[in-house]
Amino acid sequence: MTVYVIRRVISVIPVLAVVALIVFGLIRIAPGDPAAIIAGHEATMEEVEGIREALGLNEPMHVQLFIYVKDILRGDLGRSILSKHEVSHLIAQRLVPTLSLAILSEVIALFIAIPLGVLAAWKANTWIDRVVMVFATLGFSVPVFWLGFLMIWLLAVKLGIFPAAGYVAPSEDLWRWFHRLIMPAFATGVIIMALVTRMTRATVLETLKEDYVRTARAKGLSESVVLIRHALRNAALPIITVIGLGVAALLSGLVVTESVFAIPGLGRLLLNAILARDYPIIQGAILVTSTVYVFINLLVDLSYAFFDPRIRY
Amino acid sequence: MTQRADNVLSQPPSKMAKFSLNVIARQLLRLTKRNPNMMAGIAIVVFMSLVAILAPLLFTGDPKHVDPRNRFIPPTISGSPSVAHWFGSDNIGRDVWTRTVYGTRVSMIVAAAVSSISISIAVVIGLVAGYYRVADGPIMRFMDGLMSIPSVLLAMALMALLGGSVQNVIIALTVVETPRAVRIVRASVLTLREQMFVDAARALGAQPVRILALHVFPNLVVPLIVHATYVAASAVLVEAYLSFLGAGPPPDVPSWGNIMAEGRNYITRAVWIIFFPGIFLTLTVLGINLAGDGLRDILDPKLKRRM
Repeated sequence: MTVYVIRRVISVIPVLAVVALIVFGLIRIAPGDPAAIIAGHEATMEEVEGIREALGLNEPMHVQLFIYVKDILRGDLGRSILSKHEVSHLIAQRLVPTLSLAILSEVIALFIAIPLGVLAAWKANTWIDRVVMVFATLGFSVPVFWLGFLMIWLLAVKLGIFPAAGYVAPSEDLWRWFHRLIMPAFATGVIIMALVTRMTRATVLETLKEDYVRTARAKGLSESVVLIRHALRNAALPIITVIGLGVAALLSGLVVTESVFAIPGLGRLLLNAILARDYPIIQGAILVTSTVYVFINLLVDLSYAFFDPRIRY
Repeated sequence: MTQRADNVLSQPPSKMAKFSLNVIARQLLRLTKRNPNMMAGIAIVVFMSLVAILAPLLFTGDPKHVDPRNRFIPPTISGSPSVAHWFGSDNIGRDVWTRTVYGTRVSMIVAAAVSSISISIAVVIGLVAGYYRVADGPIMRFMDGLMSIPSVLLAMALMALLGGSVQNVIIALTVVETPRAVRIVRASVLTLREQMFVDAARALGAQPVRILALHVFPNLVVPLIVHATYVAASAVLVEAYLSFLGAGPPPDVPSWGNIMAEGRNYITRAVWIIFFPGIFLTLTVLGINLAGDGLRDILDPKLKRRM
């Protein structure tokens, strides 16, 4: 067990190292002069030279890599080309809105998806099951931003239930923070909802065929106890895996939702940086989100042992 | 060996005649009854492909034609779709019907190109990684790294570097989609290489390239066809995200994401600019997903259990 945990934790290091290398290589393998690309078409020679200097592109490649790795290990992600602020500082500023949105979407998604998946498995091959599954497939297929805009149009513009966009810090007003995040969180959570519903249905359907479920039913337990305590509980592992995998979709979705709902989070920072070709911010934001993703999947793997006592590596 | 198998399988001409339209129709009906979702999905994909191919004939005008006097005309159904604006007109008077129909072209081209290119590349990389132990570690670590970067983020960063064009969207999405396909190929190769028929081929003195091409590759076709549908669905969706965020093809290219990106500022005034391309987009992705799920159930019953 301990050996497994240690091995799994160490296995994160090469993945993160590769991510860092990819991020490092991204602007350097690009066709043409990266400094000129970043500066844009109307830049003067001095501006291009300034950017080259700022990014350290004049150094030989191995020196660049050395400096880059050293900086990352110290937590220094460089400075924005445009605003000259420290990237790590800019990212830290944006974390609270993004985390609020991410956690709320995950919570909403799971609250809807798990009961729906259990219901679909319980009523397998009936019209209820089919309707749930069509919605789950639809959830994969609907573009997050389109759903967001339709929600704004219907719920904010036409019905006036929610404010159309914007963000309020939780320290300022907890209720308004929550109220404003419901729509974007729902829109972002739809993909997770679809994923988790399908996975829950599939695995619960499997466990319902097991002998212990038949035994549970035979000894007269109520259907809800059978479903939740016996079937769902034993279906937990694949569901947790899919939640971990869904985090990638969630992080991608956040970029879009933050743009639609004008939420000043990491996604907006990244989008603006990409449109302005502010490379240090792009590198930093990608590095941070990928690290988050890798660590969440590490937690998911480690939680296996917790949720399934049979697993002892 | 293969020749003898061909002889057994080939039908005498008299039996071939039985494969008339009638039989095909009956087969289609049987499939529809068995798997209505898949047939609905295939129907949608065929329909969208036809829309893409026949775009100029579908009562469309010029997708870039600007008509400032007819801005924000709400959708009306009377007369010709593009003249009467079935889907309304946008902020500079362009016909949303025409642009949406032409948008189908961009999406279908991206879907077809990304799925075929990324799968082809993945087959080569995956075969090498799965068969040659030395190459496995470095290749898969690199793929793991690529997969750890959320797809839309990586695609956006690549677009910022490459510059906005349909071709570059295809390149960026191929980079994003290839690693997952490599993982599938490699996993299959790892189990296939231990099979008896591979041992037999090796014992007969077959070279690795021959083994991979004639004995391993044919067994990969089914899982890859299924995976290609998911790549296509994801490509359509992410292309729209990129366009919508301003990191896709230039704004004058009538892609669904671009049309919706322009409509976003007029949501209170002209919701139809964003509504109709979104319907087309959702329907297309839904169609590809339904077709993929159905194909997976038919071609690979073992996978059915998993999800």
